[in-house]
Amino acid sequence: MGNVLVLAEHRQGELRDVSFEMLAVAPAIAKDMGGEAVVLLVGSGMDDLAKKMAGYGVKVLVVDDPNFENFNAEKYQKVLSALIDDLKPAVLMTGHTAQGVDFMPALAVEKNLPLAADTIGLAYEDGTLKATRSMYSGKVNAVMAFKPAETYLVTFREGAVEAPEAAAEGSVEKLDNPFTDDVPYRKFVEYVEAEVGDVDITQSDILVAIGRGLKEDKNLPVVEELAAAIKADLAGSRAATDAGWIPHDRQVGTSGKAVKPKLYIAMGISGAFQHLAGMKGAKTIVAINKDPEAPIFTVADYAIVDDLFKVVPKLTEKLKELK
Amino acid sequence: MKTLVCIKYVPDTSEAEVKVNPDGITVDDSRFSFDINDADNYAVEESVLLKEAHGGEVTVLSMGPKKSEVMIRMALAKGCDKAVRVEDDRVAGHDPLMVAKTLAGAIKGQEFDLVLTGCMASDDWHMSTGVALAEELGVNHASMVNYVEVMDGKVKVHRELEGGLLEAVELELPAVLTIQTGINEPRYAPIRGIRQAQKKELNVVSLDDLGIDPETVGMDASQVVLEKLYIPEVESTAEFIEGEPEEKAEKLASILQKGGLV
Ligand SMILES: Cc1cc2nc3c(=O)[nH]c(=O)nc-3n(C[C@H](O)[C@H](O)[C@H](O)COP(=O)(O)OP(=O)(O)OC[C@H]3O[C@@H](n4cnc5c(N)ncnc54)[C@H](O)[C@@H]3O)c2cc1C
Repeated sequence: MGNVLVLAEHRQGELRDVSFEMLAVAPAIAKDMGGEAVVLLVGSGMDDLAKKMAGYGVKVLVVDDPNFENFNAEKYQKVLSALIDDLKPAVLMTGHTAQGVDFMPALAVEKNLPLAADTIGLAYEDGTLKATRSMYSGKVNAVMAFKPAETYLVTFREGAVEAPEAAAEGSVEKLDNPFTDDVPYRKFVEYVEAEVGDVDITQSDILVAIGRGLKEDKNLPVVEELAAAIKADLAGSRAATDAGWIPHDRQVGTSGKAVKPKLYIAMGISGAFQHLAGMKGAKTIVAINKDPEAPIFTVADYAIVDDLFKVVPKLTEKLKELK
Repeated sequence: MKTLVCIKYVPDTSEAEVKVNPDGITVDDSRFSFDINDADNYAVEESVLLKEAHGGEVTVLSMGPKKSEVMIRMALAKGCDKAVRVEDDRVAGHDPLMVAKTLAGAIKGQEFDLVLTGCMASDDWHMSTGVALAEELGVNHASMVNYVEVMDGKVKVHRELEGGLLEAVELELPAVLTIQTGINEPRYAPIRGIRQAQKKELNVVSLDDLGIDPETVGMDASQVVLEKLYIPEVESTAEFIEGEPEEKAEKLASILQKGGLV
C-alpha cells in the first residue's frame, strides 16, 4: 500500500500552515501510488487539532502523550522510526521548518532511507517519485528522483503551495504511543519570545525595506531620507538585520515578521523565499534591484532594474517635490 | 574544549546569472565568485569565541577543491588551529546524506565536545548535512542555533523557530550544532593571523586516507538521483519601469503619487 503519511506540525496549541498546505499535494501522490493520504499528529492534548485536520477529509492518526508536550527532535525521531516500521508508509512528509529540519535528516540516516529536503513539488511518474527543489538563490530548480525504497522521506517548503479548502469530515484514530521513555539527552527548557522594539512593522502603512545590496551602514542615510520623505518605517531582509543595519525586530520573513503594508519598497533585496513569505501580502510592492533575475521581481507590482544608489536619491527628491 | 567546524566553499549567485550546463545536471560556475558559506562564517566565529572563552582547540573540516584553501586559511587566520580538507570526486555531493557520512568518516576516532556547521548552504539549501552528521556520529544535535552557552558537560542553546520565536534546549556534550546567521559578529582576520595561518597544519585527505569505502558514499550508495536542473519560468506581472536611472525615479515617483500610495 502506498500511503502518504503527512506529519502535521503544530506549536503552542496551533496547527502550522504547512500542515494544511501539504494536503494540496499528498492526496494526489498517494492516489498515484495506490494508497491514500493519512495525517499523523504527535503531541499532547491533540483532540481539537485532530478534529481540525480531519475536516480536510482525511484519516488522522494521533499519538497523544504528555511526553510530547513540546517538540523534541529526539523523541520525534524515535516515534517516527517506530511508526515507519508499523505503518510502512510509502512516503513520510513533513514541513521543511525549524521542526522538520531538526529530525528528518537524522531519521533518514537511522533508517537508511532517502530524503528530499526543501521540496516545492512532488510527482509520481512511471513508478518513480520525483521531488522538485529550488537552488542557487532561487534561480535554478532541481528534479531529484528517488531510487526505489521502502519509504521516501520528504520535507516540504512552507508557502510553496496553497492549502486546499476544508472538505468532508474524515476520521480520527488514536495510536498507542510506541515510545514512552523520557529522552535523557535533549531537554526542552522554554520558549523565548522575540524582543519588542520601538516600531511594530506589522502595523506600518509604508515600509522601506533594505537588503544586502545596501552594502555598508554608511549608506543608510540614502534610505532613511526616502523613508522620512514618505513617512515610512524601515524594515529589511535577514542580511540587513544580521549586519546590524537595522534592529532584529525589523526583519521581514519566515524567521522575522509577516507584514501587510499598503506599500512595500524593497531595495537591494534578492527575494529569497524566506523573505517573500513575509511580504508578499503587501498591497503594492515596488522592487529596486540591479539583477534582472532577482526573484523579488516575481512578487513586485512595479520593478526597477538598476543600481539603487542611482535611483533612490532621485526618487526621494521627486517625492518631496510632488508633496 | 575540542571543537570541529565544518565549512563549505560556495558560489555567490545572489547577483549572478545562472546557466545550466549542457549536461543538464550542473551549472556553469566558471564566472561565479566563491567564498565561505554565509552561515559557516558565523560557525567559524562561534568556534573561535568558544575557544577564547573555554580554551582548547578548533579544527576546520571542509570537503572541497584545492581553490577552497583560501577560505580554509582565512578560518585559520581568525583563530582556528588546524584544518582537514577532504577532496575526492567519488563522493555523491548532491546528496547531503553522503556528504554527512564522509564528514563523519573524517571525524570518527577523534575526541570532540562540539561540531559546528552552518545551518544551511546557500547554494543547494538542503539544511540537512549537520543533523545527518550528528546521527552518523551517534551524538546529540540542535539545528538553527543562534545562542550557545557551554556549561559543565552540557550546552544550552537557542533554536530559531518561525516568526521570531526561540526555543531554549539543553544538550549533553558531545553534540553537533548547526549555526544560524546573526549569532555573532564575524571578525576580520588580523594581519598577524593571516601570516600565522600559512604555517598552520592543513591536511588534504582522500576517502582512502580516511578509510572510507567509496562504495558507501558514492553515486550508487546515494538513494537520490539528480535528474535535471532547469531555470524556472519567472512569472512576473510587474510593470518594469524603463529609462535612465533618473527617469525611472521620476516615473516611479509619479506612479506612487498618482496612485495615492504615498
Ligand atoms: C532558516 C532560515 C530563515 C530565514 N529567514 C529569513 C527571513 O525571515 N527574512 C529574510 O529576509 N531572510 C531570511 N533568511 C535568509 C534568506 O535565505 C536570504 O539569505 C536573505 O533573505 C538574503 O537577503 P538579501 O536579499 O538582503 O541579500 P542577497 O540575497 O545577498 O541579495 C542582495 C541583492 O541586492 C542586489 N543589489 C546589490 N547591490 C545593489 C545595488 N547597488 N542596487 C540595487 N540592487 C543591488 C543584488 O542584485 C541582490 O539581489 C533565512 C534563512 C534561513 C536559512
